[in-house]
Amino acid sequence: MIDTNQPAPPGLEGPGFFATSMDKVVGLARKNSLWPLPFATSCCGIEFMATAASHYDIARFGSERPSFSPRQADLLMVMGTIAKKMGPVLRMTYEQMAEPRWVIAVGACASSGGIFDTYSVLQGIDRIIPVDVYVPGCPPRPEQIIEGLLKIQELAANETTRRRDTEEYKALLESYSIS
Amino acid sequence: MPFSNEEILGFVQTTIGEGLVHSSEPFDFLTVEVKPESLLHLVGSLKNHPQYQFTFMTDLCGVHLPEQKGKELGAVYLFHSWTTNTRIRVKTFAPIENPSIPSMTAHFNSANWMERETYDFYGINFTGHPNLVRILNVDDMDYFPMRKEYPLEDQVRRDKVDSMFGR
Amino acid sequence: MENQLVKNSALPDLFPTDKEAFANELTTLNLGPSHPATHGVFQNVLQMDGERIVSGVSTIGYIHRAFEKIAEHRPFYQITPLTDRLNYCSAPINNMGWHMTVEKLLGITVPKRAQYIRVIAMELARISDHLICNSILGLDAGAFSGFLYVFQEREKIYEIYEEICGSRLTTNMGRVGGMERDLNPKAIAKIKQFLIDFPAVWKEFGDLFNRNRIFMDRVINVGAISKEMAMDYGFTGPNLRAAGIDYDVRVMNPYSSYEDFQFDIPVGENGDTYDRFMVRNEEVWQSLRIIQQAIDNLPEGPYHADAPHYYLPEKEDVYTKMEALIYHFKIIMGEIDAPVGEVYHSVEGGNGELGFYLMSDGGRAPARLHFRRPCFIFYQAYAEMAKGMMLSDAILVLSSLNVIAGELDA
Repeated sequence: MIDTNQPAPPGLEGPGFFATSMDKVVGLARKNSLWPLPFATSCCGIEFMATAASHYDIARFGSERPSFSPRQADLLMVMGTIAKKMGPVLRMTYEQMAEPRWVIAVGACASSGGIFDTYSVLQGIDRIIPVDVYVPGCPPRPEQIIEGLLKIQELAANETTRRRDTEEYKALLESYSIS
Repeated sequence: MPFSNEEILGFVQTTIGEGLVHSSEPFDFLTVEVKPESLLHLVGSLKNHPQYQFTFMTDLCGVHLPEQKGKELGAVYLFHSWTTNTRIRVKTFAPIENPSIPSMTAHFNSANWMERETYDFYGINFTGHPNLVRILNVDDMDYFPMRKEYPLEDQVRRDKVDSMFGR
Repeated sequence: MENQLVKNSALPDLFPTDKEAFANELTTLNLGPSHPATHGVFQNVLQMDGERIVSGVSTIGYIHRAFEKIAEHRPFYQITPLTDRLNYCSAPINNMGWHMTVEKLLGITVPKRAQYIRVIAMELARISDHLICNSILGLDAGAFSGFLYVFQEREKIYEIYEEICGSRLTTNMGRVGGMERDLNPKAIAKIKQFLIDFPAVWKEFGDLFNRNRIFMDRVINVGAISKEMAMDYGFTGPNLRAAGIDYDVRVMNPYSSYEDFQFDIPVGENGDTYDRFMVRNEEVWQSLRIIQQAIDNLPEGPYHADAPHYYLPEKEDVYTKMEALIYHFKIIMGEIDAPVGEVYHSVEGGNGELGFYLMSDGGRAPARLHFRRPCFIFYQAYAEMAKGMMLSDAILVLSSLNVIAGELDA
């Protein structure tokens, strides 16, 4: 169920003021304004176009402005097969994104190589960049892509404000050799 | 009105004589196998012929037939005459040690990328091609992947256990 | 007083006094592979003189998935999902083309009802492909609303696909020998409703663009290509018909009962972007005509050929009859061999002549399968076409050629 009410985070309320933790407020703001970078390569890209169009509409979840510049995007949506020739391009795009950034791997090809178990296809983008949410399907229905977006919203709402400073995250980026 | 296969075959025989190695008609589609030296002359004659007018090259692809010793790698050309609706398939083969076939870019500009793709997959050297480099695979690949001796799967992947995939 | 630049010897000379050398430098601009118009992944490295393109080099292969190599390891019915992913905007056309190629090899004749259902699916796919191309061309020119209207209608086409085969985009529709199930009454009702509702929307789309002064100024005489150049570079499909040659595989080499239908082939004059847009526009109207004729005259009969060696038997028979069980086992395990031979079959895809060259050596998988992909062949001409153009015009030309990356790289 998609709950379009945005309940206030737990906090202390009184006449004319509301006190809560900074993390919660920033999380609420971040989750409702995730600007995606649609890195669409193949068939899943067409399903993304259907998701962005008026019938399924991701704009109502805050993804109003798809940004093709990685420096201005929050969410990297990798949709479609990534070949080994495309790998360095994807890596460069991810490295240019500023924190906070999240990555969705949409479709079977981005998650694990899909039906293309061949010499020229990268078997999953998590070989080169860290991924937050995997959306399986070939191609996934727009409802599934929206569910992936909602899971990213949960992550965005519940993380600390400066995830980049946590030890776990630093170790993750180290393992991918991303400085 | 398409010309009959016998008539076109007769023209091919008179044009290149000894250059014609073999001819057949699988599924009523005239197929001729020619020697690489006679290829450009034959295609030019077919293209410029006043009645036949094979002015469109539909396709160009490579094949690898390991059983045919001395003629393992080949190129297959499909030509189509739009004015008479006649089609013809021309094949030519070269040995795998040093495969070399004249480039069809002399007659058709659309052969440019198709020959690059065939070179990328099979390693056939098209003499006279303006820019014969890889097109679809990564530029630093050092083997020709469509040849039969190379496997389909990426040999350096770690996550897929061959025994569970029936290999 | 003279205007003097104070020069600091430590700084580089940013304003050379030799204006000639400065003015003749060309800029190298990298367009792609990840670029804002979601057409697909291909790269053009352009040499620009200010806003004008001097020359360009196209590089492709960023989504090379080695279809032809995979096809050498799969039995015929497992290659159908691969063909879906060639021109993924019009997957049923690819599926049907592949099935017809295999049927030619195996010598199977498909009954009329199945052929008419195939025609309906292929024409819906053609409409779907042209809808994307024209609305994205509008999007690149700055008109966003057309895209939104059109995608609403594409959802209706997706619903029809779901009734026929279960899937929206990568349909894997039909089987060697016919269709996998008959058109149920709901599918027929949805097709008829689509034929009633869609023409009004398409007319509205046409009213938005066809005589729109701004759109016409942007696309007329942009990217014109002559007939000779089009033929030389291997153009087929709407791009060729816009240049003035009326070559259409459905008319030249009819397949799957296309000779039963009355339809026109729209042909342009100059081969510029406006002609390509209008040819696709008109082809949608002609496809609607074909679908109307097909659904009105849908013949009765079986929806698949009587070919027990290649077409899976009905499930009830598999559970009750011995021969059906054996055929089912042999087909699935791939123990039925194909005749030796080579066959070429082509269909009119959304972008041109989509051909399948199949060489069989008798085994369960092809010895060689080559896809004649129209996008790959005509995209070679883009670098030539873009010479001398402004960058914004070059973007529209790229968009109007309708290059689908899956078909480009295969």
